[in-house]
Amino acid sequence: MSEQLLKGNVAIAEAAVRAGCEAYYGYPITPQTELLEHMSKRMVELDRVFLQAESEVAAINMVYGAAAAGMRVMTSTSGPGISLMQEGLSYIAGSEVPAVIVDVMRGGPGLGNIQPSQGDYNQVTKTTGHGDFHPLVLAPATIQEAIDLVGLAFDLAEKYRTIVFILADGAIGQMMEPAELPPMKPLSGKRPSWALTGAQGREKNIITSLYLGAENLEQLNQNLQTKLSTIQDNEVRYEEQYIKDAEVLLVAFGTAARVAETAVHNLRCGGLHVGLFRPISLWPFPEKRLAQLARQGKSFFVVEMNSGQMLHDVREAVGSTAGLQVPIIFFGRMGGVIPMPEEVEGEIRTWLTYKMGKEEIMPPED
Amino acid sequence: MPHGRIEIDTDRCKGCELCRSACPQDVIKLADDLNNKGYWPAVLLDPEYKCTGCALCAVVCPDGCITVYREVSGRTELLKKEARHHVRATA
Amino acid sequence: MATLTAEQEEVVYERPRALTNAHTIYCPGCNHGTAHRLVGEVIDELGIQERTILVAAVGCSSFAYNYFNVDACGAAHGRAAAMATAIKRANPDNIVFTHQGDGDLASIGIAETLHAAARGENITIIFINNAVYGMTGGQMAPTSLIGQKTTSSPFGRDVKLTGYPLCMAELLAGLPGTAYSVRCSLHDARNIIKAKKAIRIAFDAQIEGLGFSIVELLSACPTNWGMTPIEAKDWIRDHMIPYYPLGDYKVVEELKRKIERVRKQESG
Repeated sequence: MSEQLLKGNVAIAEAAVRAGCEAYYGYPITPQTELLEHMSKRMVELDRVFLQAESEVAAINMVYGAAAAGMRVMTSTSGPGISLMQEGLSYIAGSEVPAVIVDVMRGGPGLGNIQPSQGDYNQVTKTTGHGDFHPLVLAPATIQEAIDLVGLAFDLAEKYRTIVFILADGAIGQMMEPAELPPMKPLSGKRPSWALTGAQGREKNIITSLYLGAENLEQLNQNLQTKLSTIQDNEVRYEEQYIKDAEVLLVAFGTAARVAETAVHNLRCGGLHVGLFRPISLWPFPEKRLAQLARQGKSFFVVEMNSGQMLHDVREAVGSTAGLQVPIIFFGRMGGVIPMPEEVEGEIRTWLTYKMGKEEIMPPED
Repeated sequence: MPHGRIEIDTDRCKGCELCRSACPQDVIKLADDLNNKGYWPAVLLDPEYKCTGCALCAVVCPDGCITVYREVSGRTELLKKEARHHVRATA
Repeated sequence: MATLTAEQEEVVYERPRALTNAHTIYCPGCNHGTAHRLVGEVIDELGIQERTILVAAVGCSSFAYNYFNVDACGAAHGRAAAMATAIKRANPDNIVFTHQGDGDLASIGIAETLHAAARGENITIIFINNAVYGMTGGQMAPTSLIGQKTTSSPFGRDVKLTGYPLCMAELLAGLPGTAYSVRCSLHDARNIIKAKKAIRIAFDAQIEGLGFSIVELLSACPTNWGMTPIEAKDWIRDHMIPYYPLGDYKVVEELKRKIERVRKQESG
């Protein structure tokens, strides 16, 4: 397989096709519509299921249906669509059927704009629906990584019978980069034993999230929590650059991480000891590793394209390091503005000068 | 037939040509120069006073670029008289 | 060269005052602009500018509130009829109208639209049917024609996979709460003039408190159809009208009487 120039949305769609996606239900919304359009061609060519639903509410319920029938199914949307899908996502989580959801984030809140942002972090990592659950959330920073994470997403969704998000933003969705697509995975044609296929020669299957008795529902919730613990123990993913000698670690994901990476490179060329910590799994969040790094005396400079959402997860992870006052600084742009490396570098230099000038460590913001 | 004329807001015009297509007198053309939006706007080109002020151009214009004028009835003869006088004076 | 002085000529047509001076973002030949102009003319004629409220939808017409000199809001995708319901109930003296595309009204918003009509909400819906999703780049809409190639029906709309196009004027006419449901076209001058009359009647229905009114307007989307504006208007005539017949689908008796009264008044 060789590299080709691919648009993010198209690459994610094609990766899903090659990973054996059997059904796609979606709705147009900028900046991810090209994903739906690519699926409208490829899924029909391959005689798989494609439907542009009447709305995101309909789409997520179609995803629920396909998942209940045991299909490898996905949908894609942006922030306003995730808001509409939240009820359906809660049902999918409570029924423990697998699904892959791609969120290509745009400026918000409300109709906002079509520029890239990271404003859905809280919405997607906390529960993305009513009740106690967390979807697994993977955040690519390059188109190649997005392609690789799509196949992983389907596998993890089926392994744990859970929701897996690919959390991208409009820059990743719209830009073009050279990347390599995986080979086409043949469809197995098999359905899981719990799926709704017709109760021929077996006990009937029921897919539901309704548990009227409180003890019954608590049991379900305990099962879900156990599952989430297992995911937390096994599915943490992150990338580190120049950690060893770094005094300050930039913490960023997705497109913000690419900006941070450039800033790290430039600052290091100027002799500053900085590094990059890039979470790839946003849930489960790499809190243990961050706590470890805090104990090593690192400071943290969080860069996001929102008002400071992952910032709280960083604070919580690092705050578990008892007795230490760990400096955590935040720099963010909102509204679909992408921060520039020069801005990030400027902020870090200002803070380091202040820190070095005052010869005291900044207490964490409370 | 009464005489008419139109004024086209060429900065607002997007050169869609619906007015040109609707004009029964064929006196609307696209300009030779682009406007500040990069379109060739529609302009009135009516050397023979064929425009009757029917306003069909304004009816079809999606952007409301066109103001239509028509002579107040009874003035047609005055116009023709002035035109004849002008022709005699310059002959 | 003989030209007429100001006393010798009269203005036969000019831009309605109800429209702002903003240049629209619509494409050349887009009938959103035509519809805005007609609504503006009706608002001027009825003298209702100061009590009119616009509910803009999601799509190309999201920016409609920049083009009308009236109070306005931006509803969520598909929810304009619900928002309009509440605004009208806040002050029934306000004249409330929505401006919606086919994705907004007939796809994601069909429940809100249907229920507003079922309740007989005293609002007016201006429905732009251009057989595609415009703003997002030309995907299939519930109103896309059988066989029509769009960016999400690249092989042509297949009835077996995605069913038949929705005829909204007929659908809403079937509800008792609907006072006026009509389909017009904006493809040529004659039909634009008829469309304006229909819009006037729809606003009259609201002013008289007769119930839900909707004017469906067959419109061009030259950019997403891949045509020039002139080709696009001919496509409406040749392809859309056969599937979406023009005409009045519902006119309640009281409204017919009102139309007759206005006609008599205007003919002297």
